[in-house]
Amino acid sequence: MRGIIAYGTYLPYNRLDRAAIGAALGAAPGKGTRTVASYDEDTTTMGVEAGRRLLASAPASAQPSALYFATAEPAYLDKTNATAIHAALGMDPGVFAADMMGSVRSGVGALRAAIDSRETAIAVLSDLRTGMPGGSDEAQGGDGAAAFLCGESDQVIAEYVGSSSITQEFLDRWRLPGDMASKVWEERFGEFVYVPMAKQAFSEALKGAELKPQDISHFVVAGMHARANRVAAGSVGVKPEAITDDMTAVMGNSGAAHGGIMLADVLDRAAPNQFVAVLVLADGATVMLFRTTDAVARYKRKETVRQQLAQGKPGLSYNAFLTWRNVLQREPPRRPDPDRPAAPPSFRSDAWKFGFMGSRCTACGTRHLPPQRVCVSCKATDKMTLERVADSAATVATFTIDRLAFSPSPPVVGAVVDFDGGGRLPCELTDVEPDKVAIGDRVEMTFRRIYTAEGIHNYFWKARPVRSS
Amino acid sequence: MASKGICDRVAIVGMGCTPFGEHWDKSVDDLLIDAANEACASAGVTIDQIDAFWLGTMGSGVSGLTLSRPLKIEYKPVSRNENMCATGSESFRNACYAVASGAYDIAMAIGVEKLKDSGYSGLVGSAPPADGTQASLTAPASFSLLAPAYANKYGVPMPKLKEVMTRIAWKNHKNGAVNPRAQFKKEVPMETIANSPLIAGNLGIFDCSGVSDGSAAAIIVRAEDAHKYTDKPLYVKALSFVAGPARGPLDPEYDYTTFEECVKVAEDAYQQCGITNPREQLAMAEVHDCFTPTELVLMEDLGFSKRGEGWQDVLSGTFDREGALPVNPDGGLKSFGHPIGASGLRMLFECWLQLRGEAPPERQITNGKKLGMTHNLGGSPGNCVSFVSIVGSEPGL
Repeated sequence: MRGIIAYGTYLPYNRLDRAAIGAALGAAPGKGTRTVASYDEDTTTMGVEAGRRLLASAPASAQPSALYFATAEPAYLDKTNATAIHAALGMDPGVFAADMMGSVRSGVGALRAAIDSRETAIAVLSDLRTGMPGGSDEAQGGDGAAAFLCGESDQVIAEYVGSSSITQEFLDRWRLPGDMASKVWEERFGEFVYVPMAKQAFSEALKGAELKPQDISHFVVAGMHARANRVAAGSVGVKPEAITDDMTAVMGNSGAAHGGIMLADVLDRAAPNQFVAVLVLADGATVMLFRTTDAVARYKRKETVRQQLAQGKPGLSYNAFLTWRNVLQREPPRRPDPDRPAAPPSFRSDAWKFGFMGSRCTACGTRHLPPQRVCVSCKATDKMTLERVADSAATVATFTIDRLAFSPSPPVVGAVVDFDGGGRLPCELTDVEPDKVAIGDRVEMTFRRIYTAEGIHNYFWKARPVRSS
Repeated sequence: MASKGICDRVAIVGMGCTPFGEHWDKSVDDLLIDAANEACASAGVTIDQIDAFWLGTMGSGVSGLTLSRPLKIEYKPVSRNENMCATGSESFRNACYAVASGAYDIAMAIGVEKLKDSGYSGLVGSAPPADGTQASLTAPASFSLLAPAYANKYGVPMPKLKEVMTRIAWKNHKNGAVNPRAQFKKEVPMETIANSPLIAGNLGIFDCSGVSDGSAAAIIVRAEDAHKYTDKPLYVKALSFVAGPARGPLDPEYDYTTFEECVKVAEDAYQQCGITNPREQLAMAEVHDCFTPTELVLMEDLGFSKRGEGWQDVLSGTFDREGALPVNPDGGLKSFGHPIGASGLRMLFECWLQLRGEAPPERQITNGKKLGMTHNLGGSPGNCVSFVSIVGSEPGL
């Protein structure tokens, strides 16, 4: 059976209350919240975090041979972003990895490519939504990522039962490379084009799968055109209670990732043997149909989408949000700019920098971060095996708040953390309240963009407090 | 460690030390010329009489030309060395060995650093190209890691520890207030220190040493020749230097309440010259007070206080100028700032003044003891180099 074998999602920790935007700009207060990628996150790091959550709940037997990464906000052009995700997930070099970049539609594109391929493949969908201060996109956008492992397996949780797609060149929403804000045509024009396409794609998909609209238990409708989504959802004949809450009130619309996050939310609570329809409206209409299997009831993951939503920290200041998105440029400390990471050392240490692999001495068992050739305990030379430490929890041995160091969001919180299973690392803490750090705190690792220097993103790992139950 | 040492085989016969501070009107060349000439005048020699030179600087120049060019030294061996914050002391150590070996009759150790020209706050490093994964904490942040670890290990409440740190800064500023060469020649009230803006962890700006420019120099000869130059030579009793394996950032056993490198150099230096009770036997100690928690931990590492009791000794005034063992009687890095290459020799200069009875009366130590210590550490906790010298005004103990 072919379908979705496993999935993972990541929603960043911070939440901006829409009321804060109105309060700052002297405009009407908005309602609800949006998710906000931290200053040290981008679509690549969020994609890594979604991928890590996927791998943590995936059956060991399902080994992917390809990874497709989709985003409308790539961290790099020319250079592939999927390679960083591939490396941070510790994947074998033989696993193919490629980007699908630039458009919101690329999200459903990656999912379709993964599920229609002949191999076991991962689709990572990630987006970071920006807009002009005070605009609708800024308030209504959201940041997050979802990842799906697709293939042929007896452990499929959602069987792929059909699809249909319409492609249409037209101007509803567009953005030039490098711009922070999109432009949109008049709302009613988009609705005029999208709604008939939605109806047609939906009815063709159902016809192919020999289903009726009433058979659909969960109807996911995603796209950047909120009005077209709403009208389309109500006009194809599915039961009203099947139309899934799009969560935009509490997280915003996460663009290329949003359909994936909604699908994950459905899978979090779907019963076996239910039909799920996903409709994505982005430069056309794409419908994908799934039937949940008995395995969906057995599928365990650490946190559901709803739990991730609930764990977020509300009350991010609008000033911090604007600073993180580089709209508001603040005076830096009187310190030199950080050095750019150099390519050859980064290449030599990619198992460490991206894969967070330490070395364990086979003579005495001591674990080292970063990998060492000579054991710090028994001095044995070249008796090391690499092992991944990214998923080990750790305990704070001592800590500090560095108010002098350069950071895109000062102050830097530094800690020395000791890993379960051995090994120590002095590193930065993130998603943390500086005043609340204490010796003995439990932390876990998260993949982040430490800073960007001379156009090079310095990706590495930080620790953050363990919050999940 | 099994270093044999060169106890009493060489002596210092002249020293110079520029004022430390913001020398906007002086270049590296000017500072070197001033310190070298003062040292030569003090020993009654000319530059031409010196056989070999060791120049310590971290970033104010490369190669021996940094010294030979401004002083017009003609075709002599000039070594430039760097060993982080022990750079100046390393010049001294190597010059002593060169004389003790018989290779040269007269050597100069000189250190210089010009930090203020960078225009940045704090120290600025220049690291080789790297992969970007190194923790990028600043120096105050690295050393501030000591405070919660120490408080946690010995059950000292953080406000009490802050009081200890404050007293260390207060004492060093009090000493520096009567030293004309210091960068900060002013007493600072404890409230000002305790309430100064936080830089890293619980370190306020007054818990950090300053940033300054300066230079200091020493002239070294064989002990048997010393009286040709001065009636009051300073004999070199012990020299110890180690680089650690940088175990701290790797090994969870390291607990951030000690500098193992400093423990090792102190033990080594004491055995070289037969010191068994440093707190009783030393007239004074110049230690590397880069940040106030550093000085606290050093009191235990150097054997002046028992483990876990250094904070009590600080509060009871043991290390005040009038205390049982005066520590940093010249004002320390706290009052002088820390021009890296110069600091070790500046500490030695205080021993030179104090042990020969030439410190100004208002700060002359009068405990009648004959031995002084200088100490440096460079790097960060668990990841250090360290240096100790013992000098004395008489041969033997």
